[in-house]
Amino acid sequence: MRAADAIIKALEKEGVKHIFGIPGGAIIEVYDALFDSGIKHILTRHEQAAVHAADGYARASGKVGVAFATSGPGATNTVTGIATAYMDSSPIVVMTGQVARSLIGNDAFQEADITGITMPVTKHNYLVTDENELLKTIKEAFHIAGTGRPGPVLIDLPKDVTTAEVEFDYPEKITLPGYRPKYRGHPRQIKKAAELIMKAERPVILAGGGVILSNASEELTKLAETIPAYVATSLMGKGAIPETHPLSLGFIGMHGTKYANYAVQESDLLIAIGIRFSDRTTGRVSDFAPDAKIIHIDIDPAEIGKNIEIDVPIVGDAKLILQELITNITYRKRKEWEDRVEGWKKSYPLRYRKDDEKIKPQYVIEKIWELQPDAIITTEVGQNQMWAAQYFKVKRPRQFITSGGLGTMGFGFPAAMGAKTAFPEKQVVDIAGDGSFLMNVQELATCVDYGINVKVAVLNNMFLGMVRQWQELFYDERYSATCLRCKEMSIEKIAEGFGAVGMTVEKPSEVEDALKEAFEIDAPVVIDFRVDRLENVYPMVPAGAALHEVIDEEV
Amino acid sequence: MRHTIAVLVEDRPGVLARVAGLFRRRGFNIESLAVGITEKHGVSRMTIVVSGDDRTIEQVTKQLNKLIEVIKVSDVSKNSVERELALVKVSATPQSRAEIIEIANIFRARIVDVARDSLIVEVTGDEDKISAFIDLMKQYGIKEVTRTGKIAMQRGSKALE
Repeated sequence: MRAADAIIKALEKEGVKHIFGIPGGAIIEVYDALFDSGIKHILTRHEQAAVHAADGYARASGKVGVAFATSGPGATNTVTGIATAYMDSSPIVVMTGQVARSLIGNDAFQEADITGITMPVTKHNYLVTDENELLKTIKEAFHIAGTGRPGPVLIDLPKDVTTAEVEFDYPEKITLPGYRPKYRGHPRQIKKAAELIMKAERPVILAGGGVILSNASEELTKLAETIPAYVATSLMGKGAIPETHPLSLGFIGMHGTKYANYAVQESDLLIAIGIRFSDRTTGRVSDFAPDAKIIHIDIDPAEIGKNIEIDVPIVGDAKLILQELITNITYRKRKEWEDRVEGWKKSYPLRYRKDDEKIKPQYVIEKIWELQPDAIITTEVGQNQMWAAQYFKVKRPRQFITSGGLGTMGFGFPAAMGAKTAFPEKQVVDIAGDGSFLMNVQELATCVDYGINVKVAVLNNMFLGMVRQWQELFYDERYSATCLRCKEMSIEKIAEGFGAVGMTVEKPSEVEDALKEAFEIDAPVVIDFRVDRLENVYPMVPAGAALHEVIDEEV
Repeated sequence: MRHTIAVLVEDRPGVLARVAGLFRRRGFNIESLAVGITEKHGVSRMTIVVSGDDRTIEQVTKQLNKLIEVIKVSDVSKNSVERELALVKVSATPQSRAEIIEIANIFRARIVDVARDSLIVEVTGDEDKISAFIDLMKQYGIKEVTRTGKIAMQRGSKALE
């Protein structure tokens, strides 16, 4: 059969239900084959958004997300989306068209060396130069994307490969001699870890996105309760334990809760699970958890010892390792430590200055949480993201979707489209800033077209807020290029222009009703919350400071 | 500290770029890199000389292992046979020619090309030996040098598989 048809058939075999993408000359054959398929294609308005949508779909559902783009600019537009997925270990497969094999290297029309370009930001990538390798490649790509430490895989498809004749013989097995992820943790290391846990007086668990990726949330909660140990998460780990759980400390790092940061700093044992110790999480590395022995559980051996020295490394899948570990420990109350942490929780709760005149962005998020505690939340990047992380108490894994590693502005809205496509019955809310929202605003057209009824709460301060905050605190209020000067811009009208519902909210008293109304409407809704322009995100650990060196605001 | 790392990889297009790119973007310093096929069909062997402390070398090894096409990574710095090959084109006059040949013999090097006013000498050995030979040739006037980079194999019957 035609290779293009074989590709679609292979995707069906992989259980693909949705593809996000944009067609073009080099991938037109594959789109032709898609025409007859039951797979639903969602035509985005930008390839970057297609990849973010596939990523959001993957993060919400745990399945591999799929995006299509054509060659050249189509392919290069996917790069930010791919890099975002790579940094956060999200399983996606991106298929790009390529010029015909005979033209490769000739600077042909719409030619780009996308496998060369994406080499540093993919888990693996392929240029299919032989149609007989095509099906094997697709099989491998899905396997690589979704197993071990997940990540993005790109397949570049020369046009004449897609028109070639192939036999549909989809491989059952994969032979990758260099790819053998290790799932079971070493029993001796697990024992050692259990011994350290039993001896610890001030144990803290630090959970990252890996816990969510390995579906180990239940085990994590059980481990925390069995020890017992407080649990701080990274931004990516939000939802690994319900944030309403008495042992949850919320998230740590630059804008994490004070009590989470203090608890980690004063711990004598840190049980780090599925976390890569990013600089935003650890603060100044030389002063990170200075008294703690560190146990590190991760499926990627390269993460162990990369940023932080580890006392007990355990390589493998978090779920399996935690199941083992739990059986080796018993409950022992640590009264003194508990009192200490509870004291911090009481003394340093997350708080902000309430205001009757100006809308506080934190207040908007609190209201979203009160009204829709089960909603899937996506965020953009910047102040909006940090406020969302602070004030939306996440109940379950895969509920909070954010660009943690790359910090991609413009991620949240298309990711919300992807999440809503995976779970059409759920409320999906993108918490956005005005700067970020404009970076992929064109996807309103996609939402309207396909009835993807996401809600966008824009915390509009007419600034690139987080950069403005840094300029205020560290650059003598020299607001270089952060004021968006768009008083006249109407997000409401922009939304309406695309055929969505737009709202503008200027008073705190209107916030709740506007949200209630938005959640009732069966259409994409964008609410422009005109928030206090100068509100900052606190607490804050300045870049390069240690986690306990926190700046806070008088309230 | 310098380390010699042997890497078995699947012999596919782009593998070298993947490995070299990894070193560049993670800030690892490659001193030399030699690639060739092995006894196994479809498997190539790279010998990479890299400098760094133990932590860097550990990261190099782990990051290399993450590449899908990398089959095996092994530090062969200790207890191994290390060789490099160099071709040295050196100016030779009727007066100096005999001297150069004599030195080449002492180094067990071979004259592989003779022209009216130059010679090409092929020399193999460890890095120090080759450097010493090149150093000695300088007095005659070196026109051109090319070196392969180091290849290495551990002594004994154990093999990298």
